Amino acid sequence: MIAATTLRVSIHYLAILPVLIFFGAALVLLVASAMWRRTMPTIVATTVSVATSVAVLVVTYFQWRCIDKSGPSTAVVHAVVLDGFSVVATGIIALSVGLAALVAHDWARRENVRGPEYSILALASTAGAVLMTQANDLIVIFLGLEILSLGLYVLAAIDRRKKDSAEASLKYFILGGFASAIFIYGAALVYGATGSTNLSSISYFLGSNVQLHPGLLYAGGALLLVGFAFKIAAVPFHMWSPDVYEGSPTPVTGLMASIVKVGAFAALLRVIISGLGTELDTWRPILWVLIVLTTVVGAALALPQRNAKRLLAYSSINHAGFILVGVWAGTARGSAATLFYLATYAPTVVATFAIVTVMGGVGDERHSIESYRGLARRQPWLGASLAVLLLSQLGVPLTSGFYAKYSVLAAAVDANGVALALVALLSAAIAASFYLRWTVVLYAEPDDAVDASRVVVPRATAIVIGIGVLVTLLFGIWPGPLVTLAQHATLYFTP
Amino acid sequence: MHSSWWLSVLIVLPLLGAVVAMLVRKIPGASYAVGVGVGTVEVVVSLVVTSLYSSHVASAQGFDFYSRHVVSAPLGLAYDVALDGLSLLMVVLTALVLLLSLLGGRDKRREPAFVAWLLILTGLTMGSFVSHDVLEFFIYFELTLVPCYFIISGWGGKERSRAALKFFLYTFTASAFFLVGILYMGFAHQHQNPGSALTFAYSAMSGTTMSHSTAVWLFVSFAIAFAAKAPIWPLHTWSPLTYAEAPTAGSIELSALLAKLGTYGLLRFAVGLLPLAQVSVRPVMLTLSVIGILYGSILACVATDLKRLVAYSSLAQMSFITLGVMSGSTAGVTGAVLLMFNHGIITIGFFLIIGFLERRRASIQIADFAGLQRPVPVLSAIFTVTMMASIGLPGLSGFVSEFLILLGTFTTHAWWAAVASLGVLASSVYLLWLYQRVFHGRAEGTNAQIPDASPAERWVLVPVVVLIVVLGVFPKPVLDRITPSAHDLVTQVATAGAAK
Repeated sequence: MIAATTLRVSIHYLAILPVLIFFGAALVLLVASAMWRRTMPTIVATTVSVATSVAVLVVTYFQWRCIDKSGPSTAVVHAVVLDGFSVVATGIIALSVGLAALVAHDWARRENVRGPEYSILALASTAGAVLMTQANDLIVIFLGLEILSLGLYVLAAIDRRKKDSAEASLKYFILGGFASAIFIYGAALVYGATGSTNLSSISYFLGSNVQLHPGLLYAGGALLLVGFAFKIAAVPFHMWSPDVYEGSPTPVTGLMASIVKVGAFAALLRVIISGLGTELDTWRPILWVLIVLTTVVGAALALPQRNAKRLLAYSSINHAGFILVGVWAGTARGSAATLFYLATYAPTVVATFAIVTVMGGVGDERHSIESYRGLARRQPWLGASLAVLLLSQLGVPLTSGFYAKYSVLAAAVDANGVALALVALLSAAIAASFYLRWTVVLYAEPDDAVDASRVVVPRATAIVIGIGVLVTLLFGIWPGPLVTLAQHATLYFTP
Repeated sequence: MHSSWWLSVLIVLPLLGAVVAMLVRKIPGASYAVGVGVGTVEVVVSLVVTSLYSSHVASAQGFDFYSRHVVSAPLGLAYDVALDGLSLLMVVLTALVLLLSLLGGRDKRREPAFVAWLLILTGLTMGSFVSHDVLEFFIYFELTLVPCYFIISGWGGKERSRAALKFFLYTFTASAFFLVGILYMGFAHQHQNPGSALTFAYSAMSGTTMSHSTAVWLFVSFAIAFAAKAPIWPLHTWSPLTYAEAPTAGSIELSALLAKLGTYGLLRFAVGLLPLAQVSVRPVMLTLSVIGILYGSILACVATDLKRLVAYSSLAQMSFITLGVMSGSTAGVTGAVLLMFNHGIITIGFFLIIGFLERRRASIQIADFAGLQRPVPVLSAIFTVTMMASIGLPGLSGFVSEFLILLGTFTTHAWWAAVASLGVLASSVYLLWLYQRVFHGRAEGTNAQIPDASPAERWVLVPVVVLIVVLGVFPKPVLDRITPSAHDLVTQVATAGAAK
């Protein structure tokens, strides 16, 4: 009987096409690089990466049309879903990877890091991130998580000549391994409590049965949460992130900051809302504490930082807290807000790290905030771009960052979370001081002590920065379409 | 009902001007010319709007020039402008401040950027005063921080970075409470009208029913934001440093104009939208105002530099305005709105003269000056007029507004009015003492050498003096425009209070 059902499984290829494309591209590059007589030129690998991203973006368009016509569905024995949420999240990831590939290309040429390794690993990781946005099963989420992380562990140390990178990579690997173990243990406990790892089945089971002894479920859910909290660097599971952000090559940090966040948050949202949604009131207090810690500690610890990458690491912790606010709300508005936040944050952060990459100079080491002194006076466009990106992260109106924060806070207030919204906003006020300090340094009078030479902005990186700033301003002035898209996407959310 | 295009022009023109000013930055003086041109047009348009405005033809609850366009329904975001007697004078003030601060506070260091920031600031402030939607107001209100921050940190004094940061963080933190408050109100409105879209329109918000305690909490959250901006004691601590460190044009913008965003917001949104809270919070707010008046006056007495003295006297004056705003009487509210305008004009006068003195002596320490009356007779004469208006000498503009405020407060809350009138006395003490120290006595050394106001500087000060005198002698046309709106507001608050 079981064999018979298994045989009748039809695979909806459109649903898993993005994963297949990303992973396939990684494999093709891998094989091709083995066949290549000498080291494969970086330009080939980068072209393949960018083309893959574009292809996936095209696929997401067809996926969206398919959902528009016939509604959301599950595929591959309900293990993955094809719904609006996953499609938009996939689109965000594809865009980020494409942009990050361009930055990495210029970086690799500057640092003389040859070969297609970056592209192969990044594409494979991306396949994992995309899988996480679609996964409807704890095991599949785990698979996605591992595929995502394994690539990034190696990417963190892609520049083999740097000791810091090796240290960052090892740290990331060991702590990441812990987190994965905790996650899979949580999945096992949830399976024990509900009899399934499939999110729909878990939800159905919890909806139709009363848990007399919910301890197992709570323990399992809490462990899952810890696993996710590690990946999104929520306080108190954030310790790895500043070191890894600082030690990794800057373009890798940009990639990490964007795709890991999108993948992990999409999966977290699905687990919390669609898997354990009936128990939302149990998770909310835990999330509440997590958010308060993440937003406030993230912002406060960023204050004394003098290194741009560490500062951005803490800033991303603060952002993770904000995105969690949307998850906490647990409503359709909250999910839409989370998606909107991710959609605006990813391009912003990739573009920010693109500028940091450029500013790092040969050796990727010039990262003190002081080295930005007077940048906007020497190179007005570059300086103004960074100022816009920072102000967007700060949440100033007329940048996309404002509406991102606004929409998650609105969702929280709608879900009776006035106090939470207030705490998060006050943490944004703390965060404001370090973003502003950096912005002021950009416009300050150049100092003689600082090497005041102009930095060269390679063309591909310039395009990335331009796109990031454009997206930030465009959706800051005219957020309507993206908000509506996020809202529609969440309507097509598979319960 | 008049076309809303007038208001849109007032908002968009300075923003476009900023772009043009940056485009022509290579041509020396061109961006300054653009700024002055835009300023002139703004003044003219705002005067046209003033003369067109009529509280009688207005249909939308006493608002004229009304129009609303939804920008994003899920966010509740809309472009919504309207004007009534409470915001009318503020629009004129915004335009005047731009023109006068450009003419009198010209700063030639990196001029194109400076002019562009000033123009952006003007467009945003204009937007705050004419926006008829709470969220839209918040966006403008919050955005004004950015140009202010860059003006102070780019062109300010020695401690400009610290001053700018303190200013930004103070206001940003305080406005967090406001944002959460309006979100709460918006959702309360949506939940009461199932099926309706999320909206923050002023008219919709004012129809939200809520419990008394909710209203009080919301009032507190609104008041924190506006008290930090105004500033009202005890949230004033950013202001002396910031006013002292800002460049002349920046000080003018901050104290003559942006401070009014605080009191205007308090009047329009805290009082206008939350009438239920009035009875409970009024004694507290009035007490804070009285403390502010006395505290500001005392600090002004001991201030050692000119800008700080004006900053502290502004604290006292702003507290007078909140006294009127919270008085719950038509006379008090009318007086408060008029004082917002008058204080703006008087402050422009003070800061322009201080700026001129700073140009000549490179100092704003009171101790550095003495006996200026002989070398600079014109400046000291204009200073006298401004000072007398600030003290509240009958026949000058300050008197009318302070009198109305005290009168209005006296009818509803006599004791507070009685203590507050000490503030009038105190202002004569610190201002006359200041005058004595700076302008009387014998001018020696460099003080004896400094030249009097140049023709250009005199011309800038002319509108200030004219407005001070005209509004002191013949305030009727202005009062006729404010009173109906003030009356509506007070009646609405009183009705809601009685219904409770």
